[in-house]
Amino acid sequence: MRHSFSVRIGPVGFRIGSVWKGPIQALAELYRDYPAPLDGIADFTVRLEPDDLFRRWLRPSVGIRGDYILPEAAPLALRHGLLAAEMGMNLQMALGQRRYLLLHAAVVEREGRALILTGESGAGKSTLAALLGERGWRLMGDEFALVDPATGLLHAFPRVVSLKNEAIDLFPGLTAERWGPPLAGTPKGKIRHLRPNSEAIVRMAEPARPALLLFPRYGFREEVREIGRAEVFVRLTQASTNYVNLGEAGFTALTSFVSKTPARAVDYPDGPAAMALVERLWQELAG
Amino acid sequence: MSRAARLLVDALRDPEIVAGLDAEGWTALLSAARAEQLIASLAYRLEGQAVPEAAAATLADAKRAAEQGAVQALWEAEMARRALDPLAVPVILLKGTAFIAAGLDAGKGRFVGDLDILVERERLPDVERALLAAGWEWVKDSSYDMHYYRSWMHELPPLIHRDRDRMIDVHHTILPPTARPKPDAEALIADSMSLPNGMRVLSPADLVIHAAAHLFADGDLAGGLRNLWDIDRLLREFTLRPDFIAALLDRARHHDLEKAVRRALRLSKHLYGTPLPQIGRLSTADRLHRRRLLARDGWARPTHWFIRQAFYIRSHWIRMPPLLLARHLLIKARMHRAGA
Repeated sequence: MRHSFSVRIGPVGFRIGSVWKGPIQALAELYRDYPAPLDGIADFTVRLEPDDLFRRWLRPSVGIRGDYILPEAAPLALRHGLLAAEMGMNLQMALGQRRYLLLHAAVVEREGRALILTGESGAGKSTLAALLGERGWRLMGDEFALVDPATGLLHAFPRVVSLKNEAIDLFPGLTAERWGPPLAGTPKGKIRHLRPNSEAIVRMAEPARPALLLFPRYGFREEVREIGRAEVFVRLTQASTNYVNLGEAGFTALTSFVSKTPARAVDYPDGPAAMALVERLWQELAG
Repeated sequence: MSRAARLLVDALRDPEIVAGLDAEGWTALLSAARAEQLIASLAYRLEGQAVPEAAAATLADAKRAAEQGAVQALWEAEMARRALDPLAVPVILLKGTAFIAAGLDAGKGRFVGDLDILVERERLPDVERALLAAGWEWVKDSSYDMHYYRSWMHELPPLIHRDRDRMIDVHHTILPPTARPKPDAEALIADSMSLPNGMRVLSPADLVIHAAAHLFADGDLAGGLRNLWDIDRLLREFTLRPDFIAALLDRARHHDLEKAVRRALRLSKHLYGTPLPQIGRLSTADRLHRRRLLARDGWARPTHWFIRQAFYIRSHWIRMPPLLLARHLLIKARMHRAGA
């Protein structure tokens, strides 16, 4: 395609092509410190194309295409082309990833052990992982946890973190070079991309052992609840995009993950409370 | 440019050629193979070749996915077998599920979407009732769509299983009754072969004829490289019997499908190198078909817009007489407008 960019995020190589220059330039800038795909061969291809002939110039709208597509994925305005690229990459993972069991979760690591945060959209897992990533933890990813069915280890997928609305203001100390351009008026409101720090990128090929699983919920009085293994299992099948497709391998990987990883549901009112809670539970429970 | 599709065909035919590929070539090859649903077939073909680590990992993923796909396809067939068993009606598996169930080479790495089965036309109402009772539901909701399938198609309107989310297509013959060739559905069923579980597959000649009819006398050739690859694999396995091609052509004449089968033989030989010494050169029309089959670039985009549209229009033309087609398109256009 006319404009293109290739990048490796954790173990996954992407190739993104576009008929417009803007989204590719923005993407290359955000991912400037990331390596190229292994052997120069991408695992997945994303294409940003006009939905029809006229949408290339006239009120241009960016259709998200690629190896795997969702027919109902709505096109985005060209000024949100960066978002389209990100959504395209996520879509390839969600629909096409077969090497790892994929959990919709954020992951941070300390001393080779991983803390997994999962829950519905709005639970705050991206924000919490990004905050922890600036407080001595290594950010392994804010969107997908990659469980290797062969080893049970988690692989990092540290894409840039897309922070939404008020969450953007929780990182006052960061320099300008850590941020992508502000995107206003997106379907999810105000969005700004936070580039992971250099440790997260340099060490992204290092896997970690799952040590603690939390189901955070933002906006409630502080509370910690035990949660039975059967419920954890069912919740994680719902949080996985490829559990069914992996068949028996997915079942074995998930049951092993659930039986070895302590889990709690946690409610928290704000960021500082969550940080303290995470540190306490990590000391008490992390296996 | 359609070099990526050409590269895919060449790699399937002569796996050694991948030794000369650079990173861009590999990326184009894997993308095109995935888009044509041939990536697992390619993965099996490239076993034993020196392959870069990244490509090897992608190919290993594709094989795992195909193995799991085969498990799911066979399970879906078993679910249908259990639902239809009390009817004591012969159930013939078609297409990918048949190749896998019969252990044919064509089943190796074959992607399977829907379950396709063939039953006797007069037993359709019983089959339909049994499937509905076992949890399958209609996909189409407009009464015109249902009418369209029942009057003019060679299959029931598609059904989907409410728990497993998998579709089943129940055929009573292999081409729409409105198409010009009239295959002998009774002979297809009479000569089918039994599998150990009691389900059946078409005879070798009919397997090839159905694949050719599906490719050249029915659709618009989208995904055609995969269908032609099926034909190549079937022919390589069946031509171990020396008189197979002669018997195949006899049978094709009987089904009114000699033209489609001869085209399949020519294109299979010229694209995939199927060893068919008695088959000659490509005709001008064959070359147009070849161009349509190869319309895929290194970014997995469809190319050759004009030729694709032409084959799309042709696919309707060959399925329905002109007046019926005009009426059908008019009604669909009205439904589209009313829906929009």
